[in-house]
Amino acid sequence: MKAVCWWGKGQVRVVDVPDPKILNPRDAIVRVTLTAICGSDLHLYDGYVPTMMKGDILGHEFMGEVVEVGSEVKNLRAGDRVIVPFPIACGRCFFCKEKMWAACDNTNPNAWMVEALMGFSGAGMYGYSHMYGGYAGGQAQYVRVPFADVNPAKIPNGIPDEKALFLTDILPTGYMAAENCGIQPGDTVAVWGCGPVGLFSILSAWMLGAARVIAIDRVPERLRLAQRDGRTEIVNYEEAGDVFAALKELTGGRGPDRCIDAVGMEGHGHTADAVLDRVKQAMKLTFDRAHSLRQAIHCCRKGGTVSIPGVYAGFIDKVPFGTAFGKGLTLKMGQTHVHNYTRMLLEKIESGVLDPSYIITHRVSLDEAPEMYETFRNKEDECIKVVMKPAG
Amino acid sequence: MNTATETHHNVSEPERWLSVVAGSAIAAYGLTRRSLSGLVLASLGGALVWRGASGHCAFYEAMGVSTRGETEDDGRAVSVPYGRGIRVEKSVTIDAKPEQLYIFWHDFTNLPRFMDHLESVEMTGGGRSHWKTKGPAGTKAEWDAEIINDVPFELIGWRSVEGSQVDNAGSVHFTPAAGGRGTTVRVLLRYDPPAGLFGAAVARVFGEDPELQVQEDLRRLKQILETGETPTIEGQPTGRKA
Repeated sequence: MKAVCWWGKGQVRVVDVPDPKILNPRDAIVRVTLTAICGSDLHLYDGYVPTMMKGDILGHEFMGEVVEVGSEVKNLRAGDRVIVPFPIACGRCFFCKEKMWAACDNTNPNAWMVEALMGFSGAGMYGYSHMYGGYAGGQAQYVRVPFADVNPAKIPNGIPDEKALFLTDILPTGYMAAENCGIQPGDTVAVWGCGPVGLFSILSAWMLGAARVIAIDRVPERLRLAQRDGRTEIVNYEEAGDVFAALKELTGGRGPDRCIDAVGMEGHGHTADAVLDRVKQAMKLTFDRAHSLRQAIHCCRKGGTVSIPGVYAGFIDKVPFGTAFGKGLTLKMGQTHVHNYTRMLLEKIESGVLDPSYIITHRVSLDEAPEMYETFRNKEDECIKVVMKPAG
Repeated sequence: MNTATETHHNVSEPERWLSVVAGSAIAAYGLTRRSLSGLVLASLGGALVWRGASGHCAFYEAMGVSTRGETEDDGRAVSVPYGRGIRVEKSVTIDAKPEQLYIFWHDFTNLPRFMDHLESVEMTGGGRSHWKTKGPAGTKAEWDAEIINDVPFELIGWRSVEGSQVDNAGSVHFTPAAGGRGTTVRVLLRYDPPAGLFGAAVARVFGEDPELQVQEDLRRLKQILETGETPTIEGQPTGRKA
């Protein structure tokens, strides 16, 4: 089959590889009908994530049709259309039972690598480095889905792929970010970063009862989407200069009640030895890249909430913790427990309340992956979201 | 923990007597000096006397050393005796009942399912078992072990029988975790690799990092019991050519 493989920093290749096989009784094989490049795939592309190996198959946003199931998978059968959440959950450990799927104890075969640096490891993920399990990803014609009896969600035939695909990651990630805000009636929500997750945070903030939503970015087409489809007020930080002053002015001197940092930073956790060097590298980055987090903490009103769906890695410098303490802020963050939101979001899509496909700017075949990674990374051609059809 | 009292006896009998005699002499001499240095000597002597009388040496304990032979173990109720060799203690919390875990572990033929260095364990009757390790020819080890401590649903202790290639012992303890959140499984393992090349080969089988090895063994145990399988990526496609 064809698969998009990581080939080193800045290098992605479409390679002919063997088809995946059932390896465990709870596995399924899915024929991928649509897959996407995620902003977090760019961390891999840019070489910031250690423990990637040349030839690793990329992709954690994918959906398709079940073609084969293992002996222990009773709830799926060949022909079912499914979306597959990006964190792989076992469904049976303490964390899964508490519905903290992304914190699953059991699905990362290389958990020791993450533990060496962070003390504890969360769930394994598709196509996201060996420290997170090394599972082959879904930017391919076929993919092996472990623990298929608990992870995939069936998609009714009436819903086209483009509307369902983002249930795998970015739509629930945006939703959980807004949910983590604990929005109260009358609240003003400020969102840093109008990439796909930021845009979905905006939609979700409205769903959860926000009175106003303000979007902060510098890329014109992203701000345009936020304004047009997200009905937000906007702050272009390159034009406004002082974001704090702009937000204070917009909120009558009080500051936004809830702030969402949908920017994050490059890098995504680390492992044993090679790792400390990586951390240092990441730390160099953080001087600029944690800017949005510092700003969100600085701008948030007293007693407000800062929600962080953007990915952060090892250590961050100069976080204004005294400010957070002084204002009594609540900070919430973490990988998305995707499984908790699938049904509810699917119902909204089915009923027409929500159509997440509006963010798609590029529709291509798998063969075009190498140039699409580059286009997306450079934010060229007004690229916001790339989806790929492995069959096409 | 059943080894708690064990740590108090880590000095051999002859050495204890030597401590008492030498300690008394030093203390007596120190007291006759009637000076600050004499007082220091006197307390040193006193400490030696105490060491001899109690059979416990704090310095030995800190160094993980014992000169007290295993033959002096009382009742053989302790499966992981205090002493030299490689000693590992690790815990994991598993979402299962102590009974379930005890029964699974008590059938030693299950051990190779999660203990990476084991090829097989056969039950040979009468609480005895035959263990074989993995490894290339010449580095495999085999031994017979016997269960020496067995409290249903709480703990199992075993040790290799006299004259084994690899002297080793282990115990596993099952304790309900706080709030009914599963069972804490605590494993203590000890082995003395034999001297020489064979010993080095055996040590390799047990892993360069025994702590990590046991931690990963326990992780696999948890995975098997909670999920019914061992998560793996062995055999999945990659773009790397074989």
